[in-house]
Amino acid sequence: MAKRVGIEVSIAVAEAVRLADVDVVPAYPITPQTHIVEHLSEFVANGELDAEFIPVESEHAAMSCCCGSSAAGARTFTSSSSQGLSLMSEILYHPGPMRLPIVMVVANRALAAPISIWNDHQDIMVQRDIGWIQTFAENGQDAFDLTLHAFRVAEDRRVSLPMIVNIDGFTLSHVIEPIEILSKEEVGRFLPPFKPRFRLDTKKPISIGPVGVPEVYTEAKVAHNEALKASKRVIVQAWKEFANLFGRQYNPVETYRSEDAEVILVTMGSISETAMTAVDAMRDAGQKVGLVRIRLWRPFPGPEFKKAIGKAGVLAVIDRCLPPGAVCGPVGAELRSLFYKVPGAPKIFSFVAGLGGRDVTVDRFKEIVEKARTYAKRRPVENYEVIGVREQ
Amino acid sequence: MAILDAIVGWKTLPFGCHVLEPGNSARFRTGDWRSQRPSTDREKCIKCGMCWIFCPDMAYRQTPEGYFEADMEYCKGCGICANECPKDAITMSPEEE
Ligand code: SF4
Ligand code: SF4
Repeated sequence: MAKRVGIEVSIAVAEAVRLADVDVVPAYPITPQTHIVEHLSEFVANGELDAEFIPVESEHAAMSCCCGSSAAGARTFTSSSSQGLSLMSEILYHPGPMRLPIVMVVANRALAAPISIWNDHQDIMVQRDIGWIQTFAENGQDAFDLTLHAFRVAEDRRVSLPMIVNIDGFTLSHVIEPIEILSKEEVGRFLPPFKPRFRLDTKKPISIGPVGVPEVYTEAKVAHNEALKASKRVIVQAWKEFANLFGRQYNPVETYRSEDAEVILVTMGSISETAMTAVDAMRDAGQKVGLVRIRLWRPFPGPEFKKAIGKAGVLAVIDRCLPPGAVCGPVGAELRSLFYKVPGAPKIFSFVAGLGGRDVTVDRFKEIVEKARTYAKRRPVENYEVIGVREQ
Repeated sequence: MAILDAIVGWKTLPFGCHVLEPGNSARFRTGDWRSQRPSTDREKCIKCGMCWIFCPDMAYRQTPEGYFEADMEYCKGCGICANECPKDAITMSPEEE
């Protein structure tokens, strides 16, 4: 039976990985992801998890190891953050087109310089185009549930793609929350054993990861892209089944008091929780403000997003990533391109907030909504605006 | 075209672009971008096999008479064989269009 316990979110993620009965965990510790793999190494050491824990010498090696073990047919998990994720980058592009269903939890953190261990989304936005399925958790329960969901989706033979669950560093990873931990038996009903479509086997030799000459490279990329786009059906189906079994429903795009909203805040990850409080406050003050949270970042759920915003005329998109020299934050840019030349499209304003661990408070959300309202009356803002910068 | 059987659409490309058939690199001919080709002067050749040893593409085959001949399906025209031949028996000449 599922138990609700007070538990650090990182440990809850490690519990989910243990319950998934993972086979191989190649990992390198990096703040703020460390607690996740530390706990997994303890589970392996004390016999609670029958897996290979491989303490590698860098994140580059961690992901290389993941590719090897996943190709060998082992259920594979790792976790990373920030500079470590960047160090992994070269290898992160491999498992997608190679169709290796590795699961990774990224405890999101800012990138240097200056050195910052605190939370924002710049680390994952650098890796936006690695071709993995990517979801964002809002709280500890999400982090636990989405980790189990990731194994189920990634390993589904119709999908067979790597998957990242993003959890905000510290804000989620190091916070103790009441989380419902499922039992082994319950997890067993949701997550079948891993049966890869192909694996390395000396009795049936194949090559995984060959050279792609110009005559096949484009086709290989398209095949991967189509598989990634098609995975949405399986993702949604697995979420439905999860809801039927355990009562918690997840959706590619989620809404909060967005019906009849004139201005909609768009968020990803844990700031969505504060955003809900801000929406409540603004609704109490008679403002027609709503919230749309993007749960599934890749593949991007375009139709679901369009439906979620209803008839709202103004979107205030909050990116926790400052793209130097760019026209817009990454989420803002995604949405502007989604609505490009769509009749009746909302005006989209891009805000950057919450960099390097800076809090995004209820008042900040109010300020953002206020600005978006004003800009909507004046002229379209083409660039993005960083919120809460001290000028002097 | 050198790699005819690899030319397929994205829907028929093997899953994950895996190579599912072992040993099929024998059918993958790679010598179509050479700009120079080696030729051996059998008068000078002492059949020592240095060209065969040094060729980085394993292009050389031994003929029944014991001479070594480069297979133009695989030779890249790098000229290493000509450089290593102790008898200067190998000449590199421009590839004709
Ligand atoms: S030119 Fe280079 S590739 Fe060609 S036969 Fe000589 S050594 Fe081999
Ligand atoms: S290296 Fe020169 S001499 Fe020796 S076998 Fe080759 S061509 Fe003949």
